[in-house]
Order: sequence, then C-alpha cells, then structure tokens
Amino acid sequence: MAQRPAKRKARTPARASRAVVRARRAPVAARAANALALQHEVEQFLYRQAEYLDNRHWQQWIELFAEDGVYWMPPDPAHTTWEGMPAIFAEDRNLMTVRMKRLLHPDAWSQKPLWGTNHVVSNVVIERATPDEVHVRSRFHMLELRREDVRHFAGSYRHHLVRTREGLRIRLQRVDMTNAQAAYDYVLQAWV
Amino acid sequence: MLQETIPDLSKFVEPDRVRREVYVDPRIFELEMKRIHERVWIYCGHESQVPRPGDYYTVLIGRQPMILVRGADGRVHVLYNRCPHRGNLLCGDRHGNTGEFFRCSYHAWTFHHDGQLRNIPMMESGYAGTRLTRDNPDCHVRRAARVESYRGFVFASLAADGPGLQEFLGEARIAFDDMCDRAPAGEVEIVPNCFRVIQHSNWKIFLENQLDALHPSVTHQSAGRAAHEVEKEIEKRTGRASLSYHMLSAFATVTIEKWDGFETLNYPGGHCILTGYMALRPRDPDTLAYEAALEKAYGKERMEQILSVNLHHVLIYPGLSVQPQLQQLRAIRPLGVDRTLTEIWHFRLKGAPEPIYRRALAYYNLVNSPSTMINADDLENFWKCHQGLASEGGDWVSFHRHYGRDVQKDGCVASAPNCGTSEAPMRNQMKAWLQYMTSEN
Repeated sequence: MAQRPAKRKARTPARASRAVVRARRAPVAARAANALALQHEVEQFLYRQAEYLDNRHWQQWIELFAEDGVYWMPPDPAHTTWEGMPAIFAEDRNLMTVRMKRLLHPDAWSQKPLWGTNHVVSNVVIERATPDEVHVRSRFHMLELRREDVRHFAGSYRHHLVRTREGLRIRLQRVDMTNAQAAYDYVLQAWV
Repeated sequence: MLQETIPDLSKFVEPDRVRREVYVDPRIFELEMKRIHERVWIYCGHESQVPRPGDYYTVLIGRQPMILVRGADGRVHVLYNRCPHRGNLLCGDRHGNTGEFFRCSYHAWTFHHDGQLRNIPMMESGYAGTRLTRDNPDCHVRRAARVESYRGFVFASLAADGPGLQEFLGEARIAFDDMCDRAPAGEVEIVPNCFRVIQHSNWKIFLENQLDALHPSVTHQSAGRAAHEVEKEIEKRTGRASLSYHMLSAFATVTIEKWDGFETLNYPGGHCILTGYMALRPRDPDTLAYEAALEKAYGKERMEQILSVNLHHVLIYPGLSVQPQLQQLRAIRPLGVDRTLTEIWHFRLKGAPEPIYRRALAYYNLVNSPSTMINADDLENFWKCHQGLASEGGDWVSFHRHYGRDVQKDGCVASAPNCGTSEAPMRNQMKAWLQYMTSEN
C-alpha cells in the first residue's frame, strides 16, 4: 500500500522522494511511538514497585504480582529454577502475605529500630514484548539503613510481566544480587 | 602471658549463674579460641562437599584458616591455609578445585593435596647449601593434628592429644545417626549451597539460644502469628495448607506452657538435645511413599524405630547445631568477641522421594536462609543481649530457670517432667566451658 502513491508521484523526483520518506516513516514512527510508550509504561511500573517498597506499602507491592506470581532471589546466578533449589526468596502471594503480616506485627522486634530503604532502578531494557506479556531486565541499587548501619545491595531484576485487566502484573520477578554470595551481615527482612 | 591478665575463671562460672565478662572480654575470647575451638573436634564439612580430587573448601577452626581438600588418593585432608615459605594463603577463594596440586600465587611453591612439598622453584640453584632441604618439615604445609569423619561428617582437631571423635561426640552422635538413618540408603549428601549470616554477638549467645525453649513464643510471636493467620486462611479456602506454614506457625502456636512439656537432655562436654515439637509425620501420599521406601530398606520394625526419634536440635558443643529431622546444620565460626558467622547447610536423604527433600528444603529457605523471618528477631535479641552485657548495669547472667529440678538420667542431665524450658542446657554448656578453660591440656 505504501508503494502505490510513491510510484504515482515518481514524475517529480524531489517531491516523490519526500513522499516516499514520509510514507515509509509513518509505520516506523508508529512503531517507535509504541515502543516508547511501552518503555515508559514498563519503567513507570518498575518505579512504582520500588516506591511501594521504600514507602512500606506492602499490600500494594504484593498486588503488583499476578495471582500465580512469584518473587525469586536465587543464591547463585547459574540457577535456572527455584523448584527444588535453595533460594534466598521463593515466595508466592501467600508467603508474601506472611512476610507482610510479620513486618506489620507490633512484636516484630527487628522492625522496631529505625529502618528504611532507598531503591534506584535503571538500565531498563525490554527483551521481548507481545500483546500479552513483556520480558524486561533492569538494574537496581538499594541502600538500607538499620539503626546506625548502612548496607548496599545491588544487582539485576528480570521481570516477566503479563497484561491483565488491571494492567501489567508480575508473573515472575527474578532478583540476582551481585552480593548474593557474600556473607550477610544481619538478614534481609523485606523484599529487595 | 594471657593467663596472667585474666582473673581466676572458676570464679566466673557458678552452677546457676555466669559473670558477664565471659561474653564480652576480648582476652577471654582469645583464651576460648586457644583452649576450646583450637583444641576440640570442629566440624569442617561433609565428604560429599568435595567429591573430586582437588575439590576444596576453606574453613575457620578457631582463629586458624584451614583448607578441607579431597586428595588424589581419595582421602579428605585438612591443612592450614598457609604457604610454608612466606605465609601466603594458599587458597584465596572460599571454595574451588585446586587441580593436581596447590600452587602458591606468590613464588610458585607447589604442594600435594596432603600438604607434602611437591616442588620449590630454584630448589637446586637457590637453596643448595642452606638448611632448607626437602626433608625439612618446614617445607610442607602444616596439617590439622587429627582428622576423622563420622557418617560422612568431617571433623578436625588442632590438638594432637585428646579423645577421639566418637568419644568426643558421645551421645550427640545421634545428630548424624538420626539424619542418616532417615535415608533409605543410610547416608546423606550435601546440597551444594551455604547460607552465611553474621551475628553481632558472642558465639555463646547463639548456642545458648538454640535450646532455650522459652524464647520462641516471645521472640518469634510476630512471624508465628503471621504464618498462622495465612495457614488458617489457606485451609479454609483449599482444605489443606502445606507443611511450610506449620513450620513457621509452630513458633507461635506452641505456647509457653506447651514448651514446658518438651525435654532437654544435657550431656558431658556441653552437648545438648531439645526434643521435637513439630508434627513432621503427616499421613499424605508423599510421606507414605517415603515410609514405604524406608520399610523396604530396613523392615517395618526398624522403620518405625527410626521415625519415632523426634529431635528438634542437637547441639554439639562448641560449634555445631544440627536439626537431623530437617537434614540441616549450622556451623558456628566465632570471628571476634562480638562477631559470629553461621554457615548453614542442607542435606538430601539418599534414596528418599523428591517431595521429602523439598519439604525440608522449605524450612531451609524460610527459616535458615538470609531472608529468614525467624532469625531476624533472634539476631536482634542477640545484639541487644551482647550490648547489655557489655555494660556495667549488672555483673551476672541468670540461669536459674528450673534450677535444682533437673534429673539424672542415663548418663545425662535431663530437664524434669514439665520443665522443658529449664535453663539446664545453658548450665550444661557453661560447665563444659569452665572445664575446657581451666585445663591447660
């Protein structure tokens, strides 16, 4: 369809070529606009997830996961599944709810002292996108303050997102921490 | 010299209380490393951890950096991680394979897996006429004085003399017997992953907590309650919640009164046992298939005997806490008077169906991993405990709970009936501590 008007206007080369360029650009531009919109949508989703953690909006954070969603942090980047494997985290929404209820319990002693986190998410790359799902990788850096101590955790996220009636939801979030193998000075109380 | 600066330690430990300095004085810590950790049998690793020749793991025994290595001869050796030349660490990584020999990264001296010298560069031209000859013992990597293993669990002692491993373990051998007997093949193999967590507290605070049956319902109320609520909700929705929730909720649903119903058994040398409190033998198809495999291997009577053993923790003083029923262990590596590393391992029952492994794995991931909802509150209490003991707000730590009610039973001191929360395990550990600390050899 794009070829026909170009052919018809071939008598005046300069104008024709502008038309050709315009005609060819249109779908490219549309694709680019779509890609940008998706990139923006995904980035906003990742930022929202990070903000829920830093603001301790645990329930909203859990609701970003699909009903069958899993949050997984392998101890070793070579692991390809959490099933039957040691895992730092391998939590479905039920286990996430246990963690949330513990964090909110008045007698969670380790939550009494000053505690807070700050996440920065960046290097967002969409690896695969279909109308139903998006695979995206990104990098994170998290600073945690507990009492007087600061710790840093950094690494990569891989989100397998699915499109639902409520918008994008997480089917699987894989968290590979660069310092996953280092000894933990104290433990991880919440998701990273 | 150290001895001169430390007051008479026998005045620091009484049968029912202990001076605070025992936990916070760096001079006492140094003496503990010398008289306890660098003398008794310390767990180094499991034989299946180093399956091929040259496989090694580095490990701390007291303050000494050591290497556990599988030799070309098939034997497991424990060596000081130190080149005899300039003292370089031979292995800078935590684990790996060293190939056919160790090669020092500084001047390329090489050594066999058993520590024997293999080659020194320029041996002829550089060392001719010096007293460094191949038959000089200073040419070889120093070995741990003694290495023994029990059912695949390798221990080393840096002292040439002392009781053998089995004598040292005594009745606490049940930690490994119970774990291995539960495997239809009669042995376990390691799951190649070590979770490592550092506590900012003295090593003894961790060990004493392991058998403190009063603390779970206080310390772990939050995690236990949270799991219980979700467990009930899942049961309502689907009829049955997985055992994972019970593993967590039991920390709260077993109340203080119920804890008194359990028992601690306290043996010579500071070893202690806390009997089990979780119901880990449900009647689901996975368990029945497992029991069938066990019965096929051992016969019905022996199978029942094996499964009737119900232990929660076996503490092998001074450095190991074993959960045989869940095939897990935590090795304690003191790093300083107020810093302690725990190395946490999980094992697979050879010959048992996969779901049985996965059931125990859930406990490893939920309770013993770095994201633990349980130890998060323990470590908080340990830190507070150490901080308070470092203060001059008091002189003594009280171990009076159920004191005077313990009963003598088959070579051990048991908590009296309905006195499971007795502080007998702490009293027992401190008794062993004093014996070690006040004997020169």
